[in-house]
Parts: sequence; structure tokens; C-alpha cells
Amino acid sequence: MDLSHIRNFSIIAHIDHGKSTLADRILELTHAISMRDMREQVLDSMDLERERGITIKAQAVRVSWKGHELNLIDTPGHVDFTYEVSRSLQACEGALLVVDAAQGIEAQTLANAYLAIENNLEIVPVVNKIDLPQADPEGTALEVATLVGGAPEHVLAISAKSGVGVEAVLEAVIERIPPPSGDPSASARALVFDSSYDQYRGVVAFVRMVDGSFSRRQALKAMALGTEFEPEELGFFSPGMTPVEKLTAGEVGYIVTGLKDVARVRVGDTITTVAEPAAEPLAGYKEVKPMVFAGLFPTDSDAYPELREALEKLKLNDAALLYEPETSKALGFGFRCGFLGLLHMEIVRERLEREFDLDLLVTAPNVAYRVKTNAGTEIEVHNPAEMPPDLDEVSEPYIKATVIVPKEFVGSVMELCNERRGRFDHMEYLSEQRVMLIYELPLGEIVLDFYDQLKSRTRGYASFDYDLSGFREGDLVRIDILVGGESVDALSLILHRDRAYDTGRQLVEKLREEIPRQFFDVPIQAAIGARVIARETVKAKRKDVLAKCYGGDISRKRKLLEKQKKGKKRMKRVGSVEVPQEAFLAVLKLDGGSGGKK
Amino acid sequence: MSGARHLYVHVPFCSQRCDYCDFVSLAGQRDHHSRYARALLAELELERDLLAPKLETVYLGGGTPTFLEPEALRTLLEGLPGASELTVEANPETVTPALAAALVEAGVNRVSLGAQSFQPRLLELLGRHAGPDDVRRAIETLRDAGSDNISLDLLYGIPGQRRADLDADLDEALALAPEHLSCYELEAKPGTRFARAHGAELAEQADALEDHLERIIERLTASGYRWYETANFARIEPGRDLRSVHNLGYWRAHDYLGIGMGAVSTLAGLRWKNVPSMVRYLEALEREETPPREIEALDEATKLRERLMLGLRLDEPVALAGVEAVLDRAGLVRFSELGLVESRGESITLSRRGRMLGGAVSAELLLWSGDSLAA
Repeated sequence: MDLSHIRNFSIIAHIDHGKSTLADRILELTHAISMRDMREQVLDSMDLERERGITIKAQAVRVSWKGHELNLIDTPGHVDFTYEVSRSLQACEGALLVVDAAQGIEAQTLANAYLAIENNLEIVPVVNKIDLPQADPEGTALEVATLVGGAPEHVLAISAKSGVGVEAVLEAVIERIPPPSGDPSASARALVFDSSYDQYRGVVAFVRMVDGSFSRRQALKAMALGTEFEPEELGFFSPGMTPVEKLTAGEVGYIVTGLKDVARVRVGDTITTVAEPAAEPLAGYKEVKPMVFAGLFPTDSDAYPELREALEKLKLNDAALLYEPETSKALGFGFRCGFLGLLHMEIVRERLEREFDLDLLVTAPNVAYRVKTNAGTEIEVHNPAEMPPDLDEVSEPYIKATVIVPKEFVGSVMELCNERRGRFDHMEYLSEQRVMLIYELPLGEIVLDFYDQLKSRTRGYASFDYDLSGFREGDLVRIDILVGGESVDALSLILHRDRAYDTGRQLVEKLREEIPRQFFDVPIQAAIGARVIARETVKAKRKDVLAKCYGGDISRKRKLLEKQKKGKKRMKRVGSVEVPQEAFLAVLKLDGGSGGKK
Repeated sequence: MSGARHLYVHVPFCSQRCDYCDFVSLAGQRDHHSRYARALLAELELERDLLAPKLETVYLGGGTPTFLEPEALRTLLEGLPGASELTVEANPETVTPALAAALVEAGVNRVSLGAQSFQPRLLELLGRHAGPDDVRRAIETLRDAGSDNISLDLLYGIPGQRRADLDADLDEALALAPEHLSCYELEAKPGTRFARAHGAELAEQADALEDHLERIIERLTASGYRWYETANFARIEPGRDLRSVHNLGYWRAHDYLGIGMGAVSTLAGLRWKNVPSMVRYLEALEREETPPREIEALDEATKLRERLMLGLRLDEPVALAGVEAVLDRAGLVRFSELGLVESRGESITLSRRGRMLGGAVSAELLLWSGDSLAA
């Protein structure tokens, strides 16, 4: 197909504003899929995504509309996946910005719109859900027009659910979004914007052909590592895999590489041909660095090899996931994993438990710290327990947070941000009712429960998004927790000094509740270095009897004892103290999360 | 096979069901009493071969065996084999001079009386009919009829029971000088009406129960009673062993035959439980068939575990010979260091503190299937 008849676009939206429904309608309208075969939200292929109503992996679907080839590149909708969104956007020339007519612009609407603008995309604004009783299509159109520039009349009004206005959306895609520019006769270059791993076919690369073309049985090369391979199949999604003989400039499709090692074709890499290699690769992506870390341990220590295998498999489909072996004195062998954010962490955990049937203990998350030691070296620390004692200076990651709320909640949001060491940047009225607040916050202050707190203090009205804004020095200290005199590495945490005493006290109190009474007194202490800042004692248990046991009771009592011992086996040993796995999450259960005042 | 030397006879009838009770019991049903007594004797006839020629103990438990119609009770007592210890459980309000005389005449030489408490408000909360005076009068009546071996049941951990209430109960009980005392923690089985009504309160006072148990042991041992089993105390009397021989049979893992609806037997490596339905029990025996039963085969390891679990409830040493296979050696060392177990090489006993923690200690001292045997 010649370039002028190709359009590559994404749909971007705040969560639940109707992105997937619109995608479904487009597929339906273009007959890419019959009504009968239609499952709701076909682009979200993983069960988990469907259940949570979010999309993790970008995928591309090709449809035909009035003589044009349209490639719809799906993007994930959540804050943690900004990086994946930006990858998808680089494969497009335009984006549909979908906004709920009843909700108006939300934090992720902004974040996504800015991303699209940064990538020089043509934005087609769409107001969705205009048939809802509480919808305000005109007001929302005005908000959106102000945001992206242009006239409110230019904003499309649709109901993706009923299909009203969806044809006009396709018309706008063809009219407003420019066709891809690229040189069909130059040496072939394709941008790998995502990849997937199939256990039978190996690495499947999702590509956007920029220049030239690929044919089947033509040897290809991934330029970054020089990996050469002969593709087993070229094709596109419609939405099922549809093989083709050729992928040409401007098109979006997939390459079944047959490679068994996902690391050999990196996302962001450029693929060219071996016979006629391009001189220069395309501009790639900057590699994202995980900023949130947590320890993952199998509750049954025998399951460590299974966990390793599961992480290896998951990594194949989740380039952003990072993991390195970790040995905890308290929790045994596990992995310290790096995530893009909390949702990413939650999804990885759920996938490990659901798809790989693992029972996991996930420690409280922390952020990455940059530490300058007395010796002058700088290191990055991903685990509080590894914070060196001879540190000179510690920096922590900061974010620029965007919060959008109805104006009556501005006070509550400011209060929360102040409690979390936030620095007010500025505030803007998006409309008479809705306010956008910009704060700078340490990422460490939001990893535990910021989002929950924000939602509960604004009765669910706030929307939130963030961007990393860099590292900044902080007066941070490490709190160690000692149980029965032994330091528990998995419970160490790093906090701002002002918060240390308060949190230390709350943490030992919580642990006193969580650790069952033992056969002896168990002191629980919080310490900064050698200095104990809080202490509690779990008093020795004095009574544990099976009240009565006569002829008719024996079997039942025997089973009770067996259960009692089995229950103990699930506990972790710290010295001679048995600590239930839940206790390792104590920091997550403090009032106000990371110790915020009530 | 020599046969069981202990016979348990279950009489499920009660004048009413107590809210906290989890035994197989039936309120009223007076018209069934005689039929049931005959059915018990019929079951005994069917199983006679399982019994030793000479029995050590017969125990009539319930329910309230003394709630039986006098005629039915007489039929039953006459039909049971003789034994050196014949115990009958009784509720205080059922003890009349006529009943006391009938029991003694029938050879009953031990009576276990459910007092539970002497505080009227606590008795009311438990839904008990007898008041404190009924208990005193029952004991007097039994003594007058010649009973010289009386056991009293007390409950602790009743919702709202304070330290002073417990002390008063112990005072009252000791004043009656029973030969034997059983002190049970009130167990509210989840899902029962009682647990629903009082669960929160019970959970709240859980810590106080530690004090209660300590207090009971302290006071009773100071008053001349031997804490011979987790929940049982026997008066120390020269020339007489006042422990319950029948119950010692359970704790020493002897075989026993249990007859009656819902009754459990453990014999020759099998444990069975009769159907807990009156109608089905009666109908089977009236056809001279054994009642429907749930049967559990006890393998060697299970038998050993039970021997250890039950034996550790007693104040007498448990021989280690034979039970090594189910003993967690590492646990034994640990508990010895903690002063919970006293080990004498060939045998072990729990220390006083160890016995107060007996449930947890025995759970950990036992090796269960799936535990590493290397320990």
C-alpha cells in the first residue's frame, strides 16, 4: 500500500474513559471482527487485564476503511506505563484523545496529551459517553479544546458504547492525521516498539516499518546487538495474526523472529536487512529505570526455583521488570524486583500468583536511593537493608505530581501533600469547578499508600499522575527492626528523619500485635544505628491447652494439633522467634501508611 | 485379643439443651427413654465379644444419664456388666434421695456432678437449671446415700466471669470437699448460638484466662488436690487413688468400647463413631443390627502420636520407647532448654509451665506426616 493511504494512530485516555470500547467499535465498524466473535475489549488479551479493566501490553491492529489501511496501536492507560505509552506513540502519526463527557479532563488525560504533543502527533480530540445523563459534552469539549488548542467545534462528540459518532472518528483519522513519511526505496529500517514471547515461536517483535520493506526469507538484523535471524513469518494483526509476504514503509506489523532469547532483540532497536543494511539506526528509546523496588519471596522456600523460572518467563513479556536474587536472613531466598510503579508491582505479583500458581510474600516497597559514601563513591541502593552505614549523602527520587480535583477538595489534597513532604508548585483552574494542582513530592512518600489516601480524602474524585523529576538530597535515615534482639533485614526502611521516631514507634506497636506470643518474652525494637528509638514486648504465652479430651474427642484434638503445627510451618524464623508472614507487611498497615499524621 | 476393659455408655437425653454444650444431646424425648435403654443393651449384646471378661470401668455419660426415666435407668444399670469403677454423670437438679439410693444400690461407686459455677448470674447465662443450692443439696443427698466418690465439674472463662467469681467458685467447691474436680475452659464452638451471642466478650477476656488457669492450679494444689491431668484434679488421700480410672484409660491410650448414639469406640486399631441420630440408632438396634458407623483406621504412627498427645496431658512420665518415630527431637531439645519438658532419658514429663502450654508443646513435639524426619 502506498504511504498516502496508511494511517497509524493510537487511542489515549484516562482510565475508564472508554478507550477500549472505542477500539472495539472501530473493529466492529471496519468488519475486522464479527459481532458474534466479539468479546468485549478484544485488544486486552490477558485475563488479568480484562478483569481490572486496564491494558498492559501495546498491540497493533490493522483495519481497512474506505480504501485506507488504518493501524490502531493500543496503549496502556495507567500512570505506571507512561513509558510504554510513549513507545507506542512513536510508532504513530496521530492520536485520538478520548475524554469522558461526564468526568472531564483527568490527570492521565493531561499526561497522555503532553506525551502526544512531545511526539509531534496530530491529536484528534474526542468527547465520549455523551449519552450519559450527567454528561456535559459542551463543557468537556471546551476543556479539551483549551488543552490541545483549537476550536471546541473541532472536538468530536461520540458514544463509543452505542456507536454514535464513531464513523466520524474514522473520517477524522483519515482527514486529519497525516500519512506516514518514510522512504519506501531506502534501505529497510523498522522500529521495534514492543515485543512478546511465544513459547513455540520465540520472540515476536512488533514493528513500525519506517523505510524500505522486508520480505519473508530475507535475513534480518537487529542493529543494536547485531543479532541476525531469518524471520519465520511476517504479518499484521486483524486482530488475529495474519501472515503477509511483505511489510513496507509506513506499515505496522509483526515479525516472528524464531529467536529464543528476548534480550537479543530489544524494544527500541532498529531492524534492517542483512543484505542491504541501513547506515544509521532510528532514534530508539531511553531505557526506563524502575524506581519502585520490593522483595519477592516464596512463602514456601522450596518454591524458589519456580519463582525464578516464573520471573524469567514474565520478563519476556515485560521488558520493564527488573529482578536480581536477594537473600534475606528472615525470608530466605527470593528476588529484589524493580517496577515502574505500584500498579506495575501489583500486576506482576498477581500474574505470578495466578499464571504461575505461586504463593508469594511481597515486602513493603521502597524507592531507589543514590548514596554517596564517605569514600566518595556513588552507588544506587534498591534495598534498605543494603544501605551502607558510612554514607555521606543520600538522594531520593522526586516526582512532579498532577492532581485534578473538584475545588472543594483542594484543601484536603494540599494537606496530604504537605504531610508527605510535598512542595507546592502551582495550581490552575481547568473549569469553574475543577482544579489542577502541581506538587513536587518524594517518590518514597507515595509508594505506600498515597493514592489510597488521596482517593479517600477526596471521596474518590481526585485523579493523579506523575512524572519523575530527578533525584534530590534528603535527610534520610534507616530504621532497623530487631525482633528478639536480631535485626530483621526485611523490615528495615528508609525514612525522612522527622518521621523516624513516629514511624518507629508505630511499627513496633504494629509488630507487637502481629507477632503471636511465644514460649518466652520477645522484645521488639526500632533502632537508628545503635540507638533504640522504640520498644515493645510480646509477652510470653502462659496458657495453651486443649480444654478437655475424652474418648469422643481424640481424633478431633489430634487433628487440631496437626493443624497447629502446620500453621507454624508457614511462619518464618527470626532467631528462635516465629514470625507470621503477614508481620513482614506491618509497615503497610500503619495508620496513615508511611506514618502520616491522622 | 484380650478385649477392651473400659466401657462408655452414652445417654444423650437432657431436660434441655445448654447453649454452650457441644455433646450429642437431646432435650426431652421421654417417650424414647425405655426404647433407648433397650437399644443400648442390644448394642452391648452385639459387641460383647469385644469386651474383656472382666471390666475395669463403666462410665455413663451424657447428656444427663440421671434424666432417664427411673424405670429405664434401672433397666440399663441392671443390664450393664460389673466393673470396679462405675461412674454416672448427673445434673444436680436430678439428684433426689430416691435416685441416689437407686444408684448406690445398682453399684454406682462414682458420681460426676455438673456444677459449672456457683454464681447464679453465670449459671443463668449458661442456661443451666440448677442453682448453687441444688449443687449443695445434691452432694448432701449423695453423701447421705453412701456415695464416697464425687466429682464436680467447674467451668472457667464464662462470659462476664471475674477473678472474684472464680475465687468464689473455688471456695464453694472446696467447701464441699469433692474427691475429684474437673475444671474446663468454656469453649464456644464457632457457629453456635452461644458463640454468636458471646464471641466478642470471650475474645476480649482471652488473656484473663491465663490468670484463671494459673489460679485454679495454684489453689487446688494448695488445697490437697493433685493436678493429674490438664483439666482434672484428684484429692490426695492416703490409701485411695481418687483419679478417674475410666478417663485414665483414655489418656493412657487403652482400648475402649463406646455404645449409644454418637458414641465413639477405639479398639484394635480402629475407631468408630455410631450414627448421631436417635431414630437411626434405635431402628438399627431394633433390627438387631449394628448402628451405622463412621470408621477411622488408625495406622501405627497415628496410634503413637495419640499415645504421646494423650500421655503428655498427665503428670506421670511418658515412656519414649516405641514413640521415637513420631517425636520431634529438635523440639524436645528446644523445649528442654526452655524448661517446658523434663526429660529423664527413657521418659519425658511436661513441667508445670509446660503443661499450661500443653497444647502448643505437644503439637510441636509430635512429628506429623510431611514433617521432615531428619529433624
